[in-house]
Amino acid sequence: MDDIVLSMKGISKSFPGVQALKSVDFELRRGEVHALVGENGAGKSTLMKILSGLYRADEGEIWLKGKQCTAHGIKAMIDAGVSVIYQELNLIRQLSVAENIFIGREPMLPGGFIDWRKMYSDVRVLLKPFNVNINPKTKVYMLSPAYQQVVEIAKALSLKSDILVMDEPTAPLTGNEVDKLFEIIRNLKKNGVSIIYISHRLEEIPQVADRVTILRDGEKILTKPLVELTTAEIIKHMVGRTLTEQYPKISIPIGEEVLRVEGLSKKGYCSNVSFNVHKGEIVGFTGLVGAGRTEIMQTIYGRMKKNAGKIYIDGKEVRIRSVRDAVRQGIGLIPEERKHQGLVLGLSVQDNATMTILDKESVLGFLKQKKLSALVRKMIETMNIKTPSAKQLVRYLSGGNQQKVILAKWFLHNCKVYIFDEPTRGIDVGAKVEIYKLMQNLAKEGAGVIMVSSELPEILNMSDRIEVVFGGSIVKEFRRDEVDSETVMEYALGLRERTGQQTPLRAGVES
Amino acid sequence: MKVKFVETLKNYGIILAFFIIFVALSIFSPVFLTVNNIINVIRQTSIYGIMAVGMTFVILTGGIDLSIGSVLGVSGAICAGMLKAGNPIPIVVLATLGVGTACGFASGMFITKARITPFVVTLGMMSIARGLTLIYTKGYPISGFSAAFRLIGGGYILGLPIPIIIFLVIVVIAYVVLTQTKLGRYTYAIGGNEETVRLSGINSNFYKTLVYVISGSMAGLSALILTSRLNSAEPVAGSGYEMDVIAAVVIGGASLNGGRGSVWGTFIGSLLIGVINNGMNLLGISPYFQQVVKGLIIIGAVWLDQLRARED
Repeated sequence: MDDIVLSMKGISKSFPGVQALKSVDFELRRGEVHALVGENGAGKSTLMKILSGLYRADEGEIWLKGKQCTAHGIKAMIDAGVSVIYQELNLIRQLSVAENIFIGREPMLPGGFIDWRKMYSDVRVLLKPFNVNINPKTKVYMLSPAYQQVVEIAKALSLKSDILVMDEPTAPLTGNEVDKLFEIIRNLKKNGVSIIYISHRLEEIPQVADRVTILRDGEKILTKPLVELTTAEIIKHMVGRTLTEQYPKISIPIGEEVLRVEGLSKKGYCSNVSFNVHKGEIVGFTGLVGAGRTEIMQTIYGRMKKNAGKIYIDGKEVRIRSVRDAVRQGIGLIPEERKHQGLVLGLSVQDNATMTILDKESVLGFLKQKKLSALVRKMIETMNIKTPSAKQLVRYLSGGNQQKVILAKWFLHNCKVYIFDEPTRGIDVGAKVEIYKLMQNLAKEGAGVIMVSSELPEILNMSDRIEVVFGGSIVKEFRRDEVDSETVMEYALGLRERTGQQTPLRAGVES
Repeated sequence: MKVKFVETLKNYGIILAFFIIFVALSIFSPVFLTVNNIINVIRQTSIYGIMAVGMTFVILTGGIDLSIGSVLGVSGAICAGMLKAGNPIPIVVLATLGVGTACGFASGMFITKARITPFVVTLGMMSIARGLTLIYTKGYPISGFSAAFRLIGGGYILGLPIPIIIFLVIVVIAYVVLTQTKLGRYTYAIGGNEETVRLSGINSNFYKTLVYVISGSMAGLSALILTSRLNSAEPVAGSGYEMDVIAAVVIGGASLNGGRGSVWGTFIGSLLIGVINNGMNLLGISPYFQQVVKGLIIIGAVWLDQLRARED
């Protein structure tokens, strides 16, 4: 068919230790919306980075409008009519709409002056089909995310792009704005623009896509017209297995209390927080982003200084005034910001995993190298960390395996309490299950586990007890079997009064 | 295969550069490839090579120490003053090392406790130490020491000049420390991601202070050798040395962003700088022009580092 505008054939790409794409074929027809779906790490973004010229494929060909594309680089691909609208918009916030659209190719007057009048009128013409009220002189930071996206699309069209890649375009948008975007997409289609649509929100795909391509582990699983697929089928192909085992909860006998927090307060972040954790128990902390869950944990961990409150480990009160104190007392934090707070990306698996035990495993400062290597080898084996060797830099591991390295670090330290902050964010489904299993192994071996998470299914399925945080305080505690997600949400949103002895704290945090 | 080639070039490119410059100088200067000159080059290299080893620790943590030239100045001046006052040599040696160590400790404390960036603190220390040197010496050289003291910079053991022996010993010790000890692991880790190190319950401030102490003490050690070798402590001794030292470390493959580098690289980097300095002198290039060349070398080395960083 001659209406194929893009054809990628046999694309392969590998990074040190990982084959990101294995001989992937992908084609796009004129005026088509083609959804590209897959788990994190399936290879979607790598494929698009190759298309945009950011990466060069190890093998394979790219054909654009019947011609093989030999030029390489971002500029070459833009010239060939490919524009990518990234998740984090690429606009310069301090410049105006018009300046952003025409950046680098401003219409000029003789003498090197910018022809502002022409620029503004050109932008008005460009924006007209979108039927939006955007002033070309407005600074971009004053626009809503939806309008910023319109500006990006207008910029792509002004570059005469007829292939648009939209990476999670609806992520920053509200319901109405999403509808508006879909209308824009339909209009673009009518004008012969082809769109590659990437989204994690599977429910959106039937609304916009004509065809769907599913990637898994760097391989193309299928390309099919949307009408031949159900959402359930898409999910099945994405994960490659049915997800009954998604939350492998096992029952573990609950032992003695290992951590007790009483009346913990940190001005501006949390107030009068009391709870406990037993050996073998997983206590889930949930609440809205900004409710103070992370801050409560950081205060227990000594990273933020508490204003009031007592912390007991194994029934004895302990003084925690710094992270070092907390670690010495056997508390380990697996942070939300893995790359910034949990790992040293430029160091090896071994150096990261053994960071907490160098004191113990050294004599007069000299490391017991053999012992350390043996310990790490055992960790790689028992935790099933996928790495070519212990010397591999953690930078090159996938998110799930990086998380396991952080876990290994604390496991080797033999913690009594493990605090997981958003343990599975950005980790694909398969690795999630492994993380849950490891979490339960820790509990089984007698540790107490705290799991902070925004994902309700994870909280409801993996926790033995659930603490709901709102406005810097625990507003409700549930046992695992006595609650459903709606009730938890109501408390998390502050729609229900707290119960129990403590006084309500509704207007957020005391100050 | 291609990746491997680039990797090899990245790791051994400096040796290649060293080799090319070495061969070129042997051809263009009749004096260069003589035993006397080679020993002379290495002996001169020793003085800032030792400081470059200290600087390697600092740069590995992502810091920088601009004060070492001035710290060498003040250590040397106090060394000379104490010798003139008739103190025994072992006491003088300890005191000289102590002055350098104290300067490094002061920098480290300001950096970790007051949380001022290393650039600013050590720039301040550079001025303070130079000022103290000028106050102490009143602007005049202090010269003329006993033959015993002059052995440190001028003596030989088994036919090898003592400064070279000291340099090699320091290189070996630093290599062992960086690869086999806790301090070594933490030095790399802090440079890679200090936040993670702190959140792992490690006293990162202690280790950060320690690298400036090491850097300062190495400046003290170099002061001993230089003062002994010149038989004089000049008020401007060591001025501008930080340029050669930082260049040696960066050329040796260390990243100014921290976390990457090695003593081995620094050793080669120091020799390369030494050969370039010596070569320019032999070829009769004016000292004014030499400054221009050194500036270009520093920029070029950091540029290389940026290229390497971009690959990651």
